[in-house]
Amino acid sequence: MRIGDYRQSYAHDEAIWATPTARAWLAALLLVLLLFPFTANGYIVGLACVLGINIIAAAGLNIMTGYTGLISLGHAAYMGVGCYTAAWLAQRGIPFYLTLPAAGLMSALLGLVVGIPSLRIKGLYLAVATLAMQFILIFVFREWESVTGGVRGVTVPDASLFGFELDNDYRMYYVILPCAALLLLAARNLFRTRVGRAFIAIRDRDISAEVLGIDLFHYKLLSFAIGSFYAGVAGALLGYFYRAMTPEYFTLGLSVFYLAAIIVGGLGSMLGTIFGAVFMTLVPEVLRAGVSFVAQWAPRATEILSPIREIVFGALIVGFLIFEPHGLNEAWRRVRRFFHLWPFRA
Amino acid sequence: MSAGFDWTALAEFALIGLFSGGLMALIALGFVLIYKGTGVINFAMGEFMMLGAYFFYTANVMWNLAVLPALLLTLAAVALVAALIERSILRPLSGQPVIAVLMATIGLGSALHGVVDAVWGGKNYEMPQLLPRKPFILGDILIPGQVVWSFVLAALIIAGFTLYFRYSRTGIAMRAAASDPVTAYVLGIDVRRTQRLTWMFAGIVGAVAGIVVGAMTSLSPALGGAALGVLAVIILGGLDSIAGAIVAGLIIGVIESLTAGYLGGKVRDIVPYVTVLAILMIRPYGLFGTRQIERL
Amino acid sequence: MSPLLEVAELGLSFGGIRALNRVSFTANKGEITAVIGPNGAGKTSLFNSISGFYKPSSGQVIFDGNDISKLPAHKRAGLGLARTFQNVALFRGMSVLDNIKLGGHGRLKSNALSAMWYIGAARAEEMGLRREIEREVIDFLEIDHIRNLSVAGLPYGLQKRVELARALAMQPKLLMLDEPVAGMNREETEDMARFILDIQEERGITVLLIEHDMGMVMDISSKVVVLNFGEVIARGTPDEVRAHPEVIRAYLGGNAAKAAA
Repeated sequence: MRIGDYRQSYAHDEAIWATPTARAWLAALLLVLLLFPFTANGYIVGLACVLGINIIAAAGLNIMTGYTGLISLGHAAYMGVGCYTAAWLAQRGIPFYLTLPAAGLMSALLGLVVGIPSLRIKGLYLAVATLAMQFILIFVFREWESVTGGVRGVTVPDASLFGFELDNDYRMYYVILPCAALLLLAARNLFRTRVGRAFIAIRDRDISAEVLGIDLFHYKLLSFAIGSFYAGVAGALLGYFYRAMTPEYFTLGLSVFYLAAIIVGGLGSMLGTIFGAVFMTLVPEVLRAGVSFVAQWAPRATEILSPIREIVFGALIVGFLIFEPHGLNEAWRRVRRFFHLWPFRA
Repeated sequence: MSAGFDWTALAEFALIGLFSGGLMALIALGFVLIYKGTGVINFAMGEFMMLGAYFFYTANVMWNLAVLPALLLTLAAVALVAALIERSILRPLSGQPVIAVLMATIGLGSALHGVVDAVWGGKNYEMPQLLPRKPFILGDILIPGQVVWSFVLAALIIAGFTLYFRYSRTGIAMRAAASDPVTAYVLGIDVRRTQRLTWMFAGIVGAVAGIVVGAMTSLSPALGGAALGVLAVIILGGLDSIAGAIVAGLIIGVIESLTAGYLGGKVRDIVPYVTVLAILMIRPYGLFGTRQIERL
Repeated sequence: MSPLLEVAELGLSFGGIRALNRVSFTANKGEITAVIGPNGAGKTSLFNSISGFYKPSSGQVIFDGNDISKLPAHKRAGLGLARTFQNVALFRGMSVLDNIKLGGHGRLKSNALSAMWYIGAARAEEMGLRREIEREVIDFLEIDHIRNLSVAGLPYGLQKRVELARALAMQPKLLMLDEPVAGMNREETEDMARFILDIQEERGITVLLIEHDMGMVMDISSKVVVLNFGEVIARGTPDEVRAHPEVIRAYLGGNAAKAAA
């Protein structure tokens, strides 16, 4: 039960981790994250890398869609832009620590393109515009062979940082981890300031936001830019991680994947972003394990892994929307409330 | 340099486009019905088309039923699925924000796609020929028979629905419920029933369109992919206008055909999306859509 | 007495409907001016025109000596114009404190980059805003006990007070209140009236309010403007307006007007 939680300064009240317990848990988590690769096998570390990338992408999408209310069905395409930008630059010898922000900036610029009509259109119409952008960009990825390698895709040279070649998953992990942590913290910080509040205001009631002096166009564009920046960085990291990429990766299905992640995790919550990314990264793994288990008796089972994934996917989205619309974050808050009040009841 | 502009080619492309637009208008009708009736864009429309085509194939080819009984069975099955979907997914979500319902239809589409892929497998099937292939010849212009007949079929169905909504009691009740559900309730209209009917009609329309597309091309789980392109049609025509869907369907059909004819087949795939983006930048509510006004 | 707000010959039409017709009046600095009239008279349309959501077809809005008729809505806040809405327009996804902080949005400076970094300029700015809001708004309106609650669960009366708090956080010159006591009981109405009077007297903020509660209007306003069918039918002190035959006719009908004359 939470007692003795006194805040004696405004700074304390506004801190993200305000209680000693919270800080202890945070320290423990950081320790685990830093040390576990020494004891885990390569597959788990690789999974952790993908998780980190998913967190970055989902955070960007949550900023746009969860916090600002701008529905984006084209998030995967912006990751592709980041990936191809990084690949193109890296092939020309530009170092890793420059290609990453460059990839983000390129995606941000393209994000602005779709942001421009957002002044006049909202909701479903904006969603359709982002959908159009998704398909157009995939077309560009497939056809612009000189830059993207067309359908065959690109290879990404190994990244190197301070002389270390990032040529295996363990090393990539120690780059992806700080990237994800910093970007997540930056995103959370946004919402402690006027910029983030403006985003939420636009989502909840944009007319009132205007009365308060918020320039809707400016902030909507900013939201698109930041969200797409995150997508670009995530895409670039993806390219360095897999060392090769084809356009088939950045499809509408992937955009839907990230939308599902933020819905399952909780729209408008950075903790929800983490929950959702973890959940969605693990679902395919659990399915694969389940199917190979069943395949002992029904060998055909492995053939339908892909459709089963689609079914589970769709069912998860619909199920969460109906039964837990605020996502895992809300469920987590209920648990916390229970323990804060225990042994008393709500 | 050739002597003159090839008017024949232009006319041929334009006419083919016009007739293909009929089928697009039909798919658009499915979208518009649901939007007008329940305020939702149904991203699972392509999957309704796919269900219709696969059910028909099963009934007609695998179970050897004649065309007409197979068709009726298919439409009944799809209508049933649509009604179940409305009851179990859309009803609990009514009143939720746009993104929730939108994502629900996307999730639904994913699940349906997976079910079809799992049950029937991913390979291409050959659908029986349903529409006469004999081409229509006007002077030098040759138009494939299937394209013309699909247009005729679409026109009949759209005309049928328009008359139904204009003159039948249920049709008028559906329009009333779509326009103002609360008042409709008060007047004794069973709004839940009309919403369910709306989904069933949209399912039937999608199923027919799917069967036609399957017969004209081939049957595979990718059949519904064209449906998202039809979003361009409804955005151009206005999300809630059937007349707009028709006009826009024809226009987009012509644009697609001309682009494919002059710029090559690959570009054809993104024409609808470039068009949508252009429309959204210039005239977001489309040709005939009602502008959304917010009350302050 | 100098006018802070001057509305001159304002006309507004929606298609064939004339919502406002040659409406002219002034609101003097440091005073409370009330706009009253039967439902549908055009009062909220008037507010929306002053806020900048509706583009009037004719006439001008002059604020603090500047013609703001063509200025976009979000720029008017920066000049010192704040307003509340008839249907409480709070941001339901945020806490009371965050809602109020949004009032200070225009006076803060941090951009996206400094916000994401937070330590340094952004944090200093946020702490400054928090201190100011606690001192001048939360204490004043007695809402410290709910500051961390989400606005979505608050009772109606408190929501209205939070909306007032948010408007105050803008440090406005002119505070436009659209039916601030609608739906409140006697005690809540008196509390709100006391707050509004304090705002006007202690802070010198000019108040323009729309209200139906005649008792409150007549008690606290220095000047009253009466609208009916989009036109000004009377203006003056509360006593002058109360006895005005046109006003009586508008509210109570022709016979009552004759009886009063």
